[in-house]
Amino acid sequence: MAEVLVLVDHLDGEIKKATYELLTAARALGEPSAVVVGAVGTAGKLAEGLTAHGAEKIYVAETDSSDFLTPEVSVLASLVEGNSPAAVLIGVSADGKEIAGRLAVRTNSAWLNDVVAVTAGCVTHSVFGGAFTAEAKARTEHPVITMRPGSVEIEAAAGAGTEETIEVPAPAGRSATVTSRKPTTGGDRPELTEASVVVSGGRGVGSAEDFHVVEGLADSLGAAVGASRAAVDSGYYPHQFQVGQTGKTVSPQLYIALGISGAIQHRAGMQTSKTIVAVNKDPEAPIFEIADFGVVGDLFMVTPQLKDEIVERDG
Amino acid sequence: MNIVVLVKQVPDTYSERKLRSSDGLLDRDATDAVLDEINERAVEAALQLKEANDGSAVTVLTMGPDRATDAIRKALSMGADKAVHLTDEALAGTDAVGTAKALTTAIGTVGRVDLVIAGNEASDGRGGAMAAMVADLLGLPALTHAREISVEGSVVKVRRETDDGVTHLSAELPAVVSVSEKINEPRYPSFKGIMAAKKKPVATLSLADAGVDPAVVGLANALSTVTSASPKPPKSAGEKVTDEGDGGAKIAAFLVAQKLI
Repeated sequence: MAEVLVLVDHLDGEIKKATYELLTAARALGEPSAVVVGAVGTAGKLAEGLTAHGAEKIYVAETDSSDFLTPEVSVLASLVEGNSPAAVLIGVSADGKEIAGRLAVRTNSAWLNDVVAVTAGCVTHSVFGGAFTAEAKARTEHPVITMRPGSVEIEAAAGAGTEETIEVPAPAGRSATVTSRKPTTGGDRPELTEASVVVSGGRGVGSAEDFHVVEGLADSLGAAVGASRAAVDSGYYPHQFQVGQTGKTVSPQLYIALGISGAIQHRAGMQTSKTIVAVNKDPEAPIFEIADFGVVGDLFMVTPQLKDEIVERDG
Repeated sequence: MNIVVLVKQVPDTYSERKLRSSDGLLDRDATDAVLDEINERAVEAALQLKEANDGSAVTVLTMGPDRATDAIRKALSMGADKAVHLTDEALAGTDAVGTAKALTTAIGTVGRVDLVIAGNEASDGRGGAMAAMVADLLGLPALTHAREISVEGSVVKVRRETDDGVTHLSAELPAVVSVSEKINEPRYPSFKGIMAAKKKPVATLSLADAGVDPAVVGLANALSTVTSASPKPPKSAGEKVTDEGDGGAKIAAFLVAQKLI
């Protein structure tokens, strides 16, 4: 069976969830081989988790180089050239997409980006926030496939986990140097794109201070907090929480929109949510066209009452 | 310092975007086209570096159909000095790898370049890797997702911010930088700027003029192909009630019925 390379995303000796999703997805295409690129001593901490999720091989490329992303690209490129894998799977993230794009130009491979499902010979994209579904296929060998986190249900499977040490090839061109690095430490709330419940506020929230009403409801549900572009542009909430065409795309089990009119800019980022609840003063707000349950009213009256009901049930 | 800014005309994100059912490609005629917002920030970053370094020049480079001249004019009216417009019917349907190759060749027509600046991610393709891909082809360092850029002597430094954290990067020039949404607030073109832009040189290049290999561009040479594209059936509206002092309780009852709480 053909080999499928999976680039392992890891931080401080922990494997990211997205990597297990890739190892699960890879089995539809061939035998998963995990590729670990990291500082000396990294692979030892990761081997157990990778083997338990189906890695038949683990390529270990350890380096103390401070070159930025170039080691990952060079290691994958040399494995692609040497082993001609069926595909290379990488998780969608800022780093993942950058590695994928560079690998594709270097190995002249198709790059299939933001994929939500893979089968042998075909991938599925969800485009414009789920408004369109597109299927695509590679015309080259060893396509580079970047998969959106959260699109695959993780399944454990025992792999052989045979480790093979490989050299990090000398860089082909010049590289940027990392002079310092500070990873984001997760807050108390779940990650927006991974959360099963998202509570978002829009222009109707009216001010940064009043966003605590949105946060309060979110915390009672263990939800992530989102914001519409109008709320972000008005300075009510930071940009990294923006949901919409120019922000994040979310698809939770439950999406609660507070004071959001539901312009296409916003809908494109949340319309594939399983259940949508909306509260808005304006009965004509377009958000009600896609809401499973809508309340025409003042969010400052409705939201605290909803929160109390939830807290009471949990009580 | 010679700076090249890569810009792209994209469908307006305030309009509804579509895929063509015939070939699964973005329907660029269905929507208004604008200079991508992130590119305005890239132009602004270049202008600020130019203002801080005497004798600098800013060249705007775009690849796209005739109407992309509007995007070029916007960048020139902000203060860029000149522009290169790579336009050729054979470019339609070019994939990301082909685009990176064509842009890299086109950058070669500008002459000596110290810094290439681009947006970190266009709002239509969402690939988020073009700057890095061009850098890889040029053999230059890629300093991406910059929230801050500084150039001191021959060294460029960047504060890179993504969802995963903050990284400080540094590299010798020449280099490629991509900027994030947070880097600056782009200036509005002044009336004087708009008038001056009309006289600024725009080199319109075909594939042959730029020396781009026709075998790497166009839909027929794309490394992947879209086999089907279909719109999802629109979600229909559910129940809508007017709050009469019990709106929150009604939502709670709905969520209970749906087994969501």
